[in-house]
Amino acid sequence: MSETPAANAVHASLSGVTRVYPATAGHQPVQALGPIHFDLKRGEFFAVVGPSGCGKSTLLEVIAGLQRPTEGTVNFEGRPVSGEVPDGVGVVFQEDASFPWLTVYDNTAFGLRQSGMPAAEVRRRVEDALAFMGLKDFARAYPAQLSGGMRQRVCIARTLVLQPHLILLDEPFGSLDAQTRLLMGDEVLRLWRRTGATVLLITHALDEAAMLSDRIGVMSARPGRFMEIIETGWPRERDSTIVSEAAFGEITARLWENLRAESLKSLGLSDMAAE
Amino acid sequence: MTRIGRIRLIVVVAAIAALELACRVGWINPHVLIPPSEMATSLVSLLMSGQINWDIVRTLGVVTLATGLSVVFGFAVGLAIHALPRVREALDPFFATYYAVPIFIFYPVMVAIFGLSPWPVVLIGVATAIVAMIIATLNGLDRVPRVLTKVARVHRMGTLATTLKLKLPAAAPYLFTGVKLSVSYAFVSVIAAEFILSPAGLGRDIADAYANFDNRRMYALMLFLLAIATVVNSALHAWDIRWAKRRGIAPT
Repeated sequence: MSETPAANAVHASLSGVTRVYPATAGHQPVQALGPIHFDLKRGEFFAVVGPSGCGKSTLLEVIAGLQRPTEGTVNFEGRPVSGEVPDGVGVVFQEDASFPWLTVYDNTAFGLRQSGMPAAEVRRRVEDALAFMGLKDFARAYPAQLSGGMRQRVCIARTLVLQPHLILLDEPFGSLDAQTRLLMGDEVLRLWRRTGATVLLITHALDEAAMLSDRIGVMSARPGRFMEIIETGWPRERDSTIVSEAAFGEITARLWENLRAESLKSLGLSDMAAE
Repeated sequence: MTRIGRIRLIVVVAAIAALELACRVGWINPHVLIPPSEMATSLVSLLMSGQINWDIVRTLGVVTLATGLSVVFGFAVGLAIHALPRVREALDPFFATYYAVPIFIFYPVMVAIFGLSPWPVVLIGVATAIVAMIIATLNGLDRVPRVLTKVARVHRMGTLATTLKLKLPAAAPYLFTGVKLSVSYAFVSVIAAEFILSPAGLGRDIADAYANFDNRRMYALMLFLLAIATVVNSALHAWDIRWAKRRGIAPT
């Protein structure tokens, strides 16, 4: 794997992080996460895989500052994260978060205008992001006129214009078909290389994690903890063609080997795991 | 015009032509119903005479005021109730059964308080229309995708900015349903209140024409109200379709 300029510098860190959802009527408290100790290196592409309900999205929201950890601390660029999304963090969600009442251009410009940036700079950044994401010809279109993949690209463009140092992707391609996901993966890799940002991707797709990441964190069934962190060894200049390499199959197989028992556990089929 | 639009127009024209024919050949007693063409000529004469100008201004003014108050206060109340789940839970049964109550029974109380001014009619209009707007607001806010709240937090937007810039636009199709219903309810209730109890307005005019066996005037006024209601609702419907198309949803 090629080294990024500031490789190995800690960009975000989690120390003893747990997240417990309080008891609700008729239900016990639920520990969704942790304890998790983990460092995210500056400029790396890190994917998190794990069985359904293991707390992957909770982990992302805790890092983003959208949820407070019950215990432990989260640091981003040396400052604690608590209850507010820090400057320099961008998030792309699984759900379609494009604004159907705004054009693609206005969707992309939303955050910049919100921050009070001068109009000329907004225009420059938005035009640049739309060109980069292949949306230039759709600037005046509304999200309803676009495919699901294109709408997700609008959301990525809206994050990209903010020039985040840390991009958090919460299963952004979960609702797309397999081919579109591969192509979107290529776009995210291009975006990652160009921005030099650190990327944390939450995904349930092992092939996606294996193709995109420098490192892959494999989480246990709830409460989610990292069972293993796998280094892929891919070069920084990579794209979806690596899926035909033998190493890709080996990484995917290793991920599944780790995850199979945990996935059965999360489905309440632990006996099968023992067989 | 679309194919569906042409079919719609043909149906309306055919119905009017059939009514005209039935009146002209005597299948319908002219003391009961005059031909549509006579309704139209009577209406033109009435409008040209200027006799109903003040009533038009009064009635449409009252409908506009009742609709405006219902939309503004209905939205504000809906927003407040949405923020207070327990209050909402307590009020839900009232909303569900509200339109089972004959609101006109309160007209005498309002006359006792406000006198024979337009206000009792305005308030009857508001009382009829406002709950539709409250329910539409609650419905719309319920349907704002949760992910938008997260997006707002990522952009570090405050409560007011989140409400104005994200929640309101996201709920807009449902709010517009509330506006459409408010217009219809206000229109119907204002005309009905004027007809039954008010000393002035187009509804009163129709009641007087009816009492005086002045069919030409009565049907001319009815045609006028039908035309106004059709134009207003068609405009709202066209706007709704335009919005819905842009947002890729079915018109509400």
